[in-house]
Amino acid sequence: MATGQLKDGIVAGRLAPAQYADNFSDLHPPLDHHEALVESDRCYFCYDAPCMQACPTSIDIPLFIRQISTGNPLGSAKTIFDQNILGGMCARVCPTETLCEEVCVRETAEGKPVQIGRLQRYATDVAMGQGKQFYTRAPSTGKKVAVVGAGPAGLAAAHRLATKGHDVTIFEAKPKSGGLNEYGIAAYKSVDGFAQAEVDYVTAIGGITIEHGRALGRDVHLADLTSMYDAVFLGMGLPGVNALRAEGEDAAGVDNAVEFIADLRQAEDLAGVPVGRRVVVIGGGMTAIDAAVQSKLLGAEEVTIAYRRGKEQMNASEFEQDLAASKGVTIRHWVQPKRVVAQFGKVTGIELEYTAETDGKLTGTGETIVLAADQVFKAIGQSFEAAALNGSGATIALEKGRIKVDAEGRTSNPKVWAGGDCVADAREDLTVAAVAAGRDAAESIHRALTSNGRA
Amino acid sequence: MADIRNNFVGIKSPNPFWLASAPPTDKAYNVERAFKAGWGGVVWKTLGEEGPPVVNVNGPRYGAIWGADRRLLGLNNIELITDRDLQTNLREIKQVKMNWPDRAMVVSIMVPCVEDAWKAILPVVEETGADGIELNFGCPHGMSERGMGAAVGQVPEYIEMVVRWCKANTRMPVITKLTPNITDIRKPARAALAGGTDAVSLINTINSITGVNLDTFSPEPMIDGKGTHGGYCGPAVKPIAMNMVAEIARDSETRGLPISGIGGITTWRDAAEFMALGAGNVQVCTAAMTYGFKIVQEMIAGLENWMDEKGHRSLDDIIGRATPNVTDWQFLNLNYIAKARIDQDLCIKCGRCHIACEDTSHQAITSVVDGKRHFEVMEDECVGCNLCVNVCPVEGCIDMVPLAAGVLDQRTGKTVQPTYANWTTHPNNPMAKVAAE
Repeated sequence: MATGQLKDGIVAGRLAPAQYADNFSDLHPPLDHHEALVESDRCYFCYDAPCMQACPTSIDIPLFIRQISTGNPLGSAKTIFDQNILGGMCARVCPTETLCEEVCVRETAEGKPVQIGRLQRYATDVAMGQGKQFYTRAPSTGKKVAVVGAGPAGLAAAHRLATKGHDVTIFEAKPKSGGLNEYGIAAYKSVDGFAQAEVDYVTAIGGITIEHGRALGRDVHLADLTSMYDAVFLGMGLPGVNALRAEGEDAAGVDNAVEFIADLRQAEDLAGVPVGRRVVVIGGGMTAIDAAVQSKLLGAEEVTIAYRRGKEQMNASEFEQDLAASKGVTIRHWVQPKRVVAQFGKVTGIELEYTAETDGKLTGTGETIVLAADQVFKAIGQSFEAAALNGSGATIALEKGRIKVDAEGRTSNPKVWAGGDCVADAREDLTVAAVAAGRDAAESIHRALTSNGRA
Repeated sequence: MADIRNNFVGIKSPNPFWLASAPPTDKAYNVERAFKAGWGGVVWKTLGEEGPPVVNVNGPRYGAIWGADRRLLGLNNIELITDRDLQTNLREIKQVKMNWPDRAMVVSIMVPCVEDAWKAILPVVEETGADGIELNFGCPHGMSERGMGAAVGQVPEYIEMVVRWCKANTRMPVITKLTPNITDIRKPARAALAGGTDAVSLINTINSITGVNLDTFSPEPMIDGKGTHGGYCGPAVKPIAMNMVAEIARDSETRGLPISGIGGITTWRDAAEFMALGAGNVQVCTAAMTYGFKIVQEMIAGLENWMDEKGHRSLDDIIGRATPNVTDWQFLNLNYIAKARIDQDLCIKCGRCHIACEDTSHQAITSVVDGKRHFEVMEDECVGCNLCVNVCPVEGCIDMVPLAAGVLDQRTGKTVQPTYANWTTHPNNPMAKVAAE
């Protein structure tokens, strides 16, 4: 009977034990001191730098790079944290190739941008490695703020609120903090428990209490929070997973990519994480890439991403697509799921229908192809669950199925702010955008609680 | 093919690239390697008088400053003259000269400021078969505290006196090496000429402290917590050296005095620039100490290629060609009007030209045009200062374009005049020489 990669079905331990550590090592290893100095010397210290404009948190990138080049990594880290307290994780997971590094003038000049992400990691690693805290809390305001969700938005909001002297309680449904940083990112992007270390670093400022296992709508209710706290920040992300809307999708072996990614991140031993021999991932975003690449790294023999539109429309950046290709993942464009093929209730394949775009509208052509598969991952987006929000009396206006907020993150309820993936204009669903939203909402809350910023 | 053979005050070498008197020329081992690599000549590291040799410090002898990616821009040293026995040096000089008869062998000398000391050493140097001597009047540290080196070079009367002794006591050509640690380089050059020198070489190193250790508050290079001013050299000193070469080349009293150019020469281009300003050949040290002797191969090929491209057949075609173009500020043409122009195809939109102009100059470069990041020179504000060109990271992206005669200068509202006019006749000059009626 076949073993290892050739074994049919969804099984664990496809690889030799030592192979796992190799496969899941740091995607972008840290720059050492010399590399950081060489790289930082490449920055031109641009005026009104395009990289800074492209950063959702507006980090002063030329300044932090200059501080690295002058032997001041701590000053550099502070420049980063001033704008983005989760700068360490953002340095690891930001799609820099479509943000700061895409617009780097070195990209224009020579097709090789300054490695801003890796320099940011260098500086933040130095500061976090030393446990250096740059911020102290302002005198207590006596105000209490509830934050729902300990993900990037919630943590950023909590930290900024705590620095202002407010007391923050975070309600987190999951047993650990970090949100998608802890549960939703490929393991090779955040090694050595970094997500947890970052949570500890952020909360070390004090004044932040995190209650785990407390879900909104189940264990706590918005109406109670608004009455017990001076303000509420909602940053609970998107707990739902979109369905394939393909025939037979309830067969065993049709799984949610986000759960697979989360289970893999939480696994004590990667050899214990089961994966199919032939895996098909439906979707075209980062989640699809993360699931596909990690399936391959766990030893799946064949991994295919099926996306219903073309390469250019994929939400995953070109870098991510190339990464997947380099790991042996096949990306098929212009196909959509039609029917899950199952035998004895278990997936054996998936029938995909070819698609075409006519007059901006996507339609199936009627032609199909069947791919053999013993595991199919759904990665076609996540959805907001409004029930948790409005089942408790207080109503919050929605827009496009998510929370409606204004430019400062204010919802329709004057005591409630929101940010991150759960809001309607969550810019591109990025960690860094969530951090910006949480930070800015915290400033707005502070203004509201203190008569325009004065305690 | 261009002929780059060099004849400097009768000393012949296959190319104009000599190694300056310094650690690379301290002994036969190094000089043999240098000649194998292709160097045209060497100035052997400075010999002192017979007797126990000088001693060097046993800690760091060099300090440095660096540019991006730790490229060495300036080096300083607190090393003294050779710390090897005189007889050993003389024996090796003789042997190496015998091995390499086509290469220039010049010997640097520094002995106390008494005629007997010079009378004693000159014959023994001459006996080696060396092609000439260089008088080290430049070393700015250590030896100068003992009344030698720069202590002589800073007093024109001493220079003249010692040169005269040397000319009287040897048949070898005498090259007088000048220190830049003075206020007017023309004075020591004139003194050397008055003493009968065959040539001058310059610059020797510049008094310097390369850094301060901020943990120990010690100057660098640091010896047991203390430091002293060392001699500065390398690419950073090239502009200073070139000016001094030009000053001597165009001085009415020293015009025509052969000059061996020294100071930060790293590439063929540096060498060509020195020679264009009047140097008959060049001496190199820091570049070799940074990269090894092989760099001479780039220098030789680069110089030949450039000369071929430009149709220069021999070094005489280029030596001193730029000298007549070095003038006093007062003679610069005030009717020459240039404006910066940014090549939008080459522009990478870093904005450095804008912020340099905006913060520190004449507010003549845009940053946003029609809502877009766009850098463009406003000719009505541009004074043609060239700062934008100097800070632009892309070579050739910003040019200074002269306005043709008859064109309106949008900044002044005046038409560009075809005539030459300088400060001496400018109406704002209280000392203006009124043109003859």
